[in-house]
Amino acid sequence: MALSTNRTVNQLLKPLTAAISATRCLSSDSTSIITVESSLPFTSHKIDPPSRAVETSPNELMTFFKDMAEMRRMEIAADSLYKAKLIRGFCHLYDGQEAVAVGMEAAITKKDCIITAYRDHCIYLARGGGLYESFAELMGRKDGCSKGKGGSMHFYKKESGFYGGHGIVGAQVPLGLNMAALWDLPAILVCENNHYGMGTAEWRAAKSPAYYKRGDYVPGLKVDGMDALAVKQACKFAKEHALKNGPIILEMDTYRYHGHSMSDPGSTYRTRDEISGVRQERDPIERIRKLILAHDVATEKELKDIEKEKRKVVDEAIAKAKESPMPDPSDLFTNVYVKGFGVEVFGPDRKEVRATLP
Amino acid sequence: MAAIIQGIGAATALTSPNSLDIKKSFLSISPRSLSVRKGSSFVVSSDGRLSYGLNGRGGRAEHFITNAVAAKEDTAAASTSSKPGHELLLFEALREGLEEEMDRDPTVCVMGEDVGHYGGSYKVTKGLAPKYGDLRVLDTPIAENSFTGMGIGAAMTGLRPVVEGMNMGFLLLAFNQISNNCGMLHYTSGGQFKIPIVIRGPGGVGRQLGAEHSQRLESYFQSIPGIQMVACSTPYNAKGLMKAAIRSDNPVILFEHVLLYNLKERIQDEEYVLNLEEAEMVRPGEHVTILTYSRMRYHVMQAAKTLVNKGYDPEVIDIRSLKPFDLYTIGKSVKKTHRVLIVEECMRTGGIGASLTAAITENFHDYLDAPIVCLSSQDVPTPYAGTLENWTVVQPPQIVTAVEQLCQ
Repeated sequence: MALSTNRTVNQLLKPLTAAISATRCLSSDSTSIITVESSLPFTSHKIDPPSRAVETSPNELMTFFKDMAEMRRMEIAADSLYKAKLIRGFCHLYDGQEAVAVGMEAAITKKDCIITAYRDHCIYLARGGGLYESFAELMGRKDGCSKGKGGSMHFYKKESGFYGGHGIVGAQVPLGLNMAALWDLPAILVCENNHYGMGTAEWRAAKSPAYYKRGDYVPGLKVDGMDALAVKQACKFAKEHALKNGPIILEMDTYRYHGHSMSDPGSTYRTRDEISGVRQERDPIERIRKLILAHDVATEKELKDIEKEKRKVVDEAIAKAKESPMPDPSDLFTNVYVKGFGVEVFGPDRKEVRATLP
Repeated sequence: MAAIIQGIGAATALTSPNSLDIKKSFLSISPRSLSVRKGSSFVVSSDGRLSYGLNGRGGRAEHFITNAVAAKEDTAAASTSSKPGHELLLFEALREGLEEEMDRDPTVCVMGEDVGHYGGSYKVTKGLAPKYGDLRVLDTPIAENSFTGMGIGAAMTGLRPVVEGMNMGFLLLAFNQISNNCGMLHYTSGGQFKIPIVIRGPGGVGRQLGAEHSQRLESYFQSIPGIQMVACSTPYNAKGLMKAAIRSDNPVILFEHVLLYNLKERIQDEEYVLNLEEAEMVRPGEHVTILTYSRMRYHVMQAAKTLVNKGYDPEVIDIRSLKPFDLYTIGKSVKKTHRVLIVEECMRTGGIGASLTAAITENFHDYLDAPIVCLSSQDVPTPYAGTLENWTVVQPPQIVTAVEQLCQ
């Protein structure tokens, strides 16, 4: 039974392959519009949700796939580097949440600014950061994006409006939200809800885990954060709203495959079945892959080639970063102040110049 | 596992006859000592002698630990039955102290991020939530200002909370609570409210944790009037200080260090509490007084080995009490050696060393033969790169050089 079905399928595919490749050449290079329905409807609070139908194009789908494949590869490579002790300290990985980063970028420009917490590697990449600079920073080298002095939690990119990369968070959002609402600031507060605050599940840390509603007078939208297109739609909608009316909250329902950081196994507070279940059913890269294949934007082989190429690119960046030099001893004192460290001070008699280098 | 004595009537696993004698004599004294709440303490010295007194002044049993660095020889196959006491790591010692106090006093509770079900990010509270319940070992949301405030409120209403900051740097978000409420409430209410809270957490420069997670908050908190600050450095003093901090009616900030959690030491089975305001004589000597605390103690002891080989005899004191300073022990030492070197992990500007320098100069100026030298970390945010991070903190060769220069 099965065999015959396969044969018929194969027979169906064979003569058509030529035709498909012909049409593919046309469609993947063009910016023809493909309309896809988001995986789940948007739930909203105090606002009309945007439509589920998202407009995208083959180009965009391919970009999503490539960017997410690169991010996923980078995080997995960072995992191995950490275990090899080339990355030390704290390393918070973003794999599983890539759809949020790429979806956001598709909806905004580089003139819009992003600020985030410590899980910032992929946001940095999405903002235009380079793999080499990222790995160099993770390994503490001079060529890193913060000259090796920041580390995993302190990636910044001023030219692209990426304000970091911060280690200590806690209770800033409600206060910030109040001020944004008070002054009608065009701010979008994105909650990447991966359901766990390090080891504590959200229902044990928040009375109401419906974060999109927590803004009360501020409208909110709950989005399936594993669907890059839904994220893009929500962010486009949110940007229009924020520019006209003031702040809006976006809750991205997403998931992180790794633990909170590399020192957290990630399995003491959740089951392996849960993790693999999400990976099977909701993985963001798989979703885009299926869309691409369903709309004949590319073949299975091409996608695999892209992934291989991304792996190569990441490996090359790592190799280059491993070769790059460590910072100089004098770099310890640079960038403490804007005008250099050994600020001149005058002694009590106003004549003696005493440098404050310890 | 550890044997815990809870006053009379607890069975202990002591095997040697000598230990049993100590146990008997201890148990006969203990109910009286334990029932006196305010201001009395008892110090058990390492040879089993007991002495106790009021406010720690009378019971000044000199407490020498001659091998300050937790000896690795203990981990070799020495059988546990031949030596008294039990071996444990520093985070286990903290847990033991916490557990003993929670058993002893039902008002002691713990709160912090991931302390309950997760067991604590450094395993200090592992196993406590299953034993005492979710409310007594409370997992809080990520809001330091709020849960520190909650701890202070709990203290005001009669509980004895232990608030854990997952990293000391996070407590900066609670600075308002610590300064204004912890420090000032007893004063501004005219003595009506006391705040018997313990705020603890790991701080200090770790292994490439980045600038925000490598902060030394003792320098920021030291000016707050009304609080006490202690820094532990060995499993022995970690347990003793934890217990003393919980029993104290004043707010105490207990500074642990990220890199010291896995130090192993053999400590006694009998219960003991250390004095919060007392410094620890690590290595008596004649030539120079080296004052240090927390992780720098180990750098100093490493340098001391080199110094001894070069013919110097440094006296090393772990000051332990960062606020107030134990000027009695320090003064005694200064009067003996006439030279002081302070080695600390705080930054040069406004650190503990700076205050200590001022305090010693004011009080013991006549006894000093040379200006006080203070070795501190560089005044820079701690860089992530490993090599730069090493240059930020004081390393043993710098200590050796400083002593040589001081003793010329």
